[in-house]
Amino acid sequence: MMNRINKKLKEDKKLLSIYFSAGYPRLEDTKLIIENLEKNGVDMIEIGLPFSDPLADGPTIQASSTQALKNGMSSEILFNQLKDIRKTVSIPLIIMGYFNPILQYGVEAFCQKCQETGIDGLIIPDLPVDVYNEQYKAIFQKYGLINVFLITPQTSIERINFIDSISEGFIYMVSSASVTGSNSGFGDEQTTYFKRIADMNLKNSQIVGFGISNNETFTQATKHAKGAIIGSAFIKHLSTHGVDKIKTFTSSIRN
Amino acid sequence: MSYNINEKGYYGEFGGAYIPEMLYPNIEELRQKYLTITADPSFQEDFHQLLKDYVGRPTPLYFAKRLSEKYNTKIYLKREDLNHTGAHKINNTVGQILLAQRLGKTRIIAETGAGQHGVATATVCALMGIECIVYMGEVDIARQAPNVARMKMLGAKVVPALSGSRTLKDATNEAMRDWINNPVNTHYIVGSVVGPHPYPDMVARFQAIVSEEIKSQLLEKEGTENPDYLIACVGGGSNAAGTYYHYLDNEEVKLIAVEAAGKGIDSGESAATSVLGKEGIIHGSKTLLMQTQDGQITEPYSISAGLDYPGVGPMHANLYKTGRAEFIAITDDEAMTAGLELSQLEGIIPAIETSHALAVFEHKKFKPDDVIVLNLSGRGDKDLQNYIDYFKL
Repeated sequence: MMNRINKKLKEDKKLLSIYFSAGYPRLEDTKLIIENLEKNGVDMIEIGLPFSDPLADGPTIQASSTQALKNGMSSEILFNQLKDIRKTVSIPLIIMGYFNPILQYGVEAFCQKCQETGIDGLIIPDLPVDVYNEQYKAIFQKYGLINVFLITPQTSIERINFIDSISEGFIYMVSSASVTGSNSGFGDEQTTYFKRIADMNLKNSQIVGFGISNNETFTQATKHAKGAIIGSAFIKHLSTHGVDKIKTFTSSIRN
Repeated sequence: MSYNINEKGYYGEFGGAYIPEMLYPNIEELRQKYLTITADPSFQEDFHQLLKDYVGRPTPLYFAKRLSEKYNTKIYLKREDLNHTGAHKINNTVGQILLAQRLGKTRIIAETGAGQHGVATATVCALMGIECIVYMGEVDIARQAPNVARMKMLGAKVVPALSGSRTLKDATNEAMRDWINNPVNTHYIVGSVVGPHPYPDMVARFQAIVSEEIKSQLLEKEGTENPDYLIACVGGGSNAAGTYYHYLDNEEVKLIAVEAAGKGIDSGESAATSVLGKEGIIHGSKTLLMQTQDGQITEPYSISAGLDYPGVGPMHANLYKTGRAEFIAITDDEAMTAGLELSQLEGIIPAIETSHALAVFEHKKFKPDDVIVLNLSGRGDKDLQNYIDYFKL
């Protein structure tokens, strides 16, 4: 069976992917948010596994992560909340989290649980490519999980080609040298970078993340890339408007 | 078997570089260049010149006669407290600022807990005329006011870390976030033997001046380079790494690492990572760290702000796991008592971090002819208020 991520990437449209912290704003909101996002036309979801020390994240995701932990979120609880998710949701689901909680759960046990739950892939920002290749690749493959790697404007051409060669879904293209949640908009520098990567004709599609907050930045990011991921801006919307008003947010992005 | 780092950046199974891709170019640049730059004769010349003329090295190896009499053994103190800025920390910042210059960096960032590393960083930045930003937990800023003032006077910008528990580990996170945001012009001066490879090795090499001096000084005083024991306190572990460095693979020399037990190992308020920690990833390094069962990093406690780091450098995790070093945990009370004792036996007021190492003599019996070298890693000026409050002086 083809992974849901690969299937989705074949669709002839620009993909909107949404990130949020599991267990935020309330512990029991996780499933409801996922269902509402799918209902409102979101193509893919990154479920954030909260971590005490998220060093690639800006203040918004840090705060939602901290609140989720205060609410009691853990790997075990997340898997419990998601155990029937495939009865109601069919878009690709990716867990995005830092490596230490996964290591403590046990990498193989975690991957096995992902497969049972219907998770399609993982994004683990602080799991280095070489360590993944040497120690964990076989486990991920055994449980049918796609591991998504990141590139940034500073990533060398050789390394982009290497990352492309070992990727099996899409490449997570970090828009600029920044942590998550900066929304100063995209300038010439980003546009040039998006185009430069598009011109490399990589085997994997690229999905842009970091700094996408509205229709304008979504459109700019997806001009050359297959899709874009929104995290902090969605979490801010959740904080202000709660889980019932997700439609307002998603329609504002797609216009 | 070697207890030093291997070519892949690990001490045994500990170490590595578990960093987000955003930091990869910075770390890779360092990894590729740190050995060649630091091995260059002009680097070594500048480094040793500054250590001599600016820092005040070599620091004395002082035979502590009255302390030795009290414990009926031979105790030497390596006087790192006599360095400029009052602790061993400056050995590392001098090395890293010279490295940063050779990398063409024009902006320096650092994290600090108690403020000692922040002051040592601000000092070398002032010396070289380079912009300096120090991240410090909001909680630590409140309780370490004199060091905050010193950094400001030295021209550094002190930025409060407002995330998480607002202490050292969060200051480190903020510094790493800054580096992600400023990948090209900035060098991050990490203050201990922690963080992603090559930091633990690089910092250990700069601190290795301590064991290099011990070897020749002890030879002069005792007719041998080898003491029976080396003792140092361990937070992240940079003064211990420097003390052990040239003796790591010389198993005739026994190593003792002293951690902060806080209010007691089982009190829930402790920083004894070797006892309470499990293997995991913190700040880019695979090591021992204090964490919940779910892998969330927990907040340690010690009366000493320099020892309350929830992890320990990967070199030390390996020394613990292999049994090469003996780890001893000392409570707040034991440390404070030992600090007062040294003050009144030898006329030296030690930093509270160092007081933990000194408390080992109440814990462990040594033979009369044992030769012991203890790293007196810092002076107690910064801790006067703590001592005053504790002893109601």
